[in-house]
Amino acid sequence: MESSLFIDINIYTATALFVVGFVGGMVSGFIGSGGAFVLTPAMMTLGVPGIVAVASNICHKFPKSLVGAMKRHKYGQVDVKLGLIMGVFAEIGVLIGKHAMTNVKHTYGEVGTNLYVSVVFVIVLAVVGGFVLRDAFHMLKQEKEGGGEEAPHEVPKLARWVQSIHIPGTMMYFNALKAKVSVLFIVPLGIATGMLAATIAVGGFIGVPAMIYILGAPALMASATELVIAFVMGAGGTMLYSLDGVVDIRLAMIILAGSLFGIQIGAIGTTYVRDTIVKFVMGLIMIIVLFSRFFYVPGYLSHLGLIDPIQESTITTLKMFGDITLVIALAVGGITIIVALIKGMAAHRRGQEAQGTLGNA
Amino acid sequence: MSHPAKPSLLPTLTFGIASAVLYYLLFHYADHFVDWAVRTKHGEKSLFLIPVAVAFAFSYFHGQFTGHFWETIGLRAAKTSVVTKKK
Repeated sequence: MESSLFIDINIYTATALFVVGFVGGMVSGFIGSGGAFVLTPAMMTLGVPGIVAVASNICHKFPKSLVGAMKRHKYGQVDVKLGLIMGVFAEIGVLIGKHAMTNVKHTYGEVGTNLYVSVVFVIVLAVVGGFVLRDAFHMLKQEKEGGGEEAPHEVPKLARWVQSIHIPGTMMYFNALKAKVSVLFIVPLGIATGMLAATIAVGGFIGVPAMIYILGAPALMASATELVIAFVMGAGGTMLYSLDGVVDIRLAMIILAGSLFGIQIGAIGTTYVRDTIVKFVMGLIMIIVLFSRFFYVPGYLSHLGLIDPIQESTITTLKMFGDITLVIALAVGGITIIVALIKGMAAHRRGQEAQGTLGNA
Repeated sequence: MSHPAKPSLLPTLTFGIASAVLYYLLFHYADHFVDWAVRTKHGEKSLFLIPVAVAFAFSYFHGQFTGHFWETIGLRAAKTSVVTKKK
């Protein structure tokens, strides 16, 4: 039996993957994506070949997203139609993204591909993450000035424009937007989501902000709908990788064991928090993940001869710092979600008790 | 004030046992799964459906178990979600 591609799994490997899966699941259940960016490097650190790590990660992602989407659908947060349409075009985006990656690899080799991924990482996370976090802080400030009351959902200016464009034959009503939007606007957003997923493994870093700021969905509905997109993309990706025989179902199911525990907490958490918190957690994770890249880039530049050579030991140390930053991003996301959940539950209980007191009076 | 109904332990136990059995079977027959992946790679393409089917089965049983598990220990969604409140 040829088994060189699949590693032996021991109790330490299984525990590590279960824990990372759990926190990653919690983040996914809350913001619709995330967690995947840690799992692939985590598996590779444990000795799993890159292609098997990517394939097994995707294979755990689609059942996880399915469970999360169904859970949040119960809470009335999912727009299935929007998710399926974006998901189908995201699938096309994945194929385009994979093709672009293959071209970069053929032209510039493995190091060139890594540098390309890093550049995409930095640009997308800096621009989109910075925007999301700035908006979250702005909303938090507004809420503080309003005595802690949730600011009403406002459709952003760009989204108002998108919703005002009427292209005959392409208009479709979406529950999340409470408006009709031309499918022609959704196509490029879906494709961009898929392309990002194929490049950095987390399409939601484009998909969720796009649904919020370009289409006009509330953050809670955008993050829930992203789970449908992730399911469609993940199912398609799993089939493609499975045809190549590189899905290690044992690894995928260990991660799934943890992530299904986590995704339930993340999904439940969304029923206790405001839109602002979802944006805040998402922006925060994106910015921390962005910093991880700064540790990898010097090594790639050195290998490509674009800067003076750096010692291999220094590159390894920098890479380790990068991996640690990814873990910190996930941990910060997980802790923020738990804190928001505890605070939200306490506020909810106080509200119910106050209602009970009023009812008895 | 009405108190929420106490969740039943039965579905948690049922799905928990089903999930544990699935994991036992997966690791008991782990070599077969590795072998099927190698055979898929070498041309028996119809076997590609095995990981997909396994993932769906685990998502149902383990997904149900984890949902009931948190409910049993008292972690439940707010009765009115934020989104619904805004309507």
